[in-house]
Amino acid sequence: MKYRTQKVAYWFWALSMLLLVIQLTYGFFMGFAHLGYDGLHKWIPFNTSHTVHLNTLVVWLISGFMGAAYYIIPEESETELCCPKLAYLQLIALTVVGVAALTGYHFNWWEGRKFLEIPHELDYLVALDVVLFLAILVITMAKGKRRTTTSFVLVGGLVGAALLYLPGMLQFDSQTLDSFFRWWVVHLWVEGVWELIMGGILAFLLIKLTGVDREVIEKWLYVVIGLTFLSGILGTGHHYYYIGVHKIWLIVGGIFSALEPLAFLAMTLWAVSMYRKGERKHPNKIALYWTLGAAITSFLGAGVLGLAHTLPQVNLYTHGTLVTAMHGHLAFWGAYAMIVFAIMTYAMPNLTGRKFYDTPSGRMAFWLTNVGMAIHVSALAAAGVTQVYLERILGYDFGDVQKYLYPHFWVLIIGATIFSTGITIYLIDFIRYGLPKDEALATT
Amino acid sequence: MLSKSQAKLFFFVGTAVTFVIFIGLTVFSLKQVNTDMPEAAARGKHIWEKNNCMGCHTIMGEGAYYAPELTNVIKRRGEDYVRGVLMSKQPWQPKGRKMVAYGMSEQEANDMIAFFKWIGRKNLNGFEKVDRTVSPLAKNRMKD
Repeated sequence: MKYRTQKVAYWFWALSMLLLVIQLTYGFFMGFAHLGYDGLHKWIPFNTSHTVHLNTLVVWLISGFMGAAYYIIPEESETELCCPKLAYLQLIALTVVGVAALTGYHFNWWEGRKFLEIPHELDYLVALDVVLFLAILVITMAKGKRRTTTSFVLVGGLVGAALLYLPGMLQFDSQTLDSFFRWWVVHLWVEGVWELIMGGILAFLLIKLTGVDREVIEKWLYVVIGLTFLSGILGTGHHYYYIGVHKIWLIVGGIFSALEPLAFLAMTLWAVSMYRKGERKHPNKIALYWTLGAAITSFLGAGVLGLAHTLPQVNLYTHGTLVTAMHGHLAFWGAYAMIVFAIMTYAMPNLTGRKFYDTPSGRMAFWLTNVGMAIHVSALAAAGVTQVYLERILGYDFGDVQKYLYPHFWVLIIGATIFSTGITIYLIDFIRYGLPKDEALATT
Repeated sequence: MLSKSQAKLFFFVGTAVTFVIFIGLTVFSLKQVNTDMPEAAARGKHIWEKNNCMGCHTIMGEGAYYAPELTNVIKRRGEDYVRGVLMSKQPWQPKGRKMVAYGMSEQEANDMIAFFKWIGRKNLNGFEKVDRTVSPLAKNRMKD
């Protein structure tokens, strides 16, 4: 590492990894419940598992982004992070909110709105935590020697994510209005400002790993995020097809969400062409795997699988089925989870001074997670299409259809097991790295 | 060849234009949303959220895909059935899938029913016809 205060990042990533383990555990509870094995129902009913699975995902990704920002901004701004003690305080506050929310979900303390289940009382603590986080970043950038497009895009995405959290705090009696503004948070995060965060991290990694000129990488970064907003903002309309608002959203949402894959395609082409153009052979090959993997898999998961069911004529049948879960899993994995793994894999040797660059365990973790996720998503695809055909086309009862999906859920469990094996190997490597050390300052 | 400043311009202008259109469409469409909701339905929605029903079921296609879609549940099952389910103090297991025994009071169950009825009356651009055995294609098959 170049700056002592970059060490803060490690602790955010450690929290991310802990939450990921919880997310996977509850994911298995859900998978087995779909197969009829729900022995924990009395203590952990499905809605608790589902809420924990989703919310740990959101929080571990956010904690991963925060770690990424604390690692990247000092280096981009060429200065130490402002107020590192406050950054640790912010981490503690985030952990407290996370623990309180996760505990609360087991005692019916939640909002009951998908992805935004965090109890309203805790929303204010989240807002305070995020304000503190952003203040640290902005002050660091202001006192820095250098201002880069990469850091502006990254922090811009984080500021956008914070602002977009606010509509989610609004409360409505009408389910239509509730849903309408809930998507301002969820959609405009994952198909909007989070892509800026991803773009910022990706640009940083491409600069470091390929050695291509910063100006070239940042120019194309603007094009990628331009396409993101051009398609993604009005693409929100694909969530408004069937919630009781005007049918104009069928046209607007249909057209613009069909354009959304373009942003991810541009991101893939950008990353791959920068890699090809690059003359630097960085020894951290596994970080390069994760970086290019994120760019490619995000296109497949968020782009291609999103397009598969985004047109209203198709979505009329697939909406509210496991087809959505299929898209959601690969999109979150490719776009956001993999980019967090990419920055961690790049940064860990620099933070700890241990150069585990191109290790068999690192490669195995990469391939097992990706192969496991591919099987998992294929199983959800098969289950989703079967469900659509039997339930929506032939008109079978929901409960009867679920029994026909059992074989697919067994395949899903196999995929999830392979995936979890990969994650376990990654975690063992994460622990083997040890804690960040000041001595690592000289070795980067 | 595209310069960095042109790329920057593309980003800012593109974002600004689409954002303005999005806000315009939001205002336009929300003006047409009927927000009149009976008090009982509003209370029902509160109970719906308090118990995180969306954590298993879907409504208007949104939720967790583990338990049935409830947009048309009153038309499909009738009020008495739904009331019975919500007031049951015994855990039950429709077609092998367990549901929490909420043991609601009659008032709470009626509020939930009012909420479901309110949702069931909404024009959902065709989705209301897909819920249950009346999907357009299934309907055509029945006619045949």
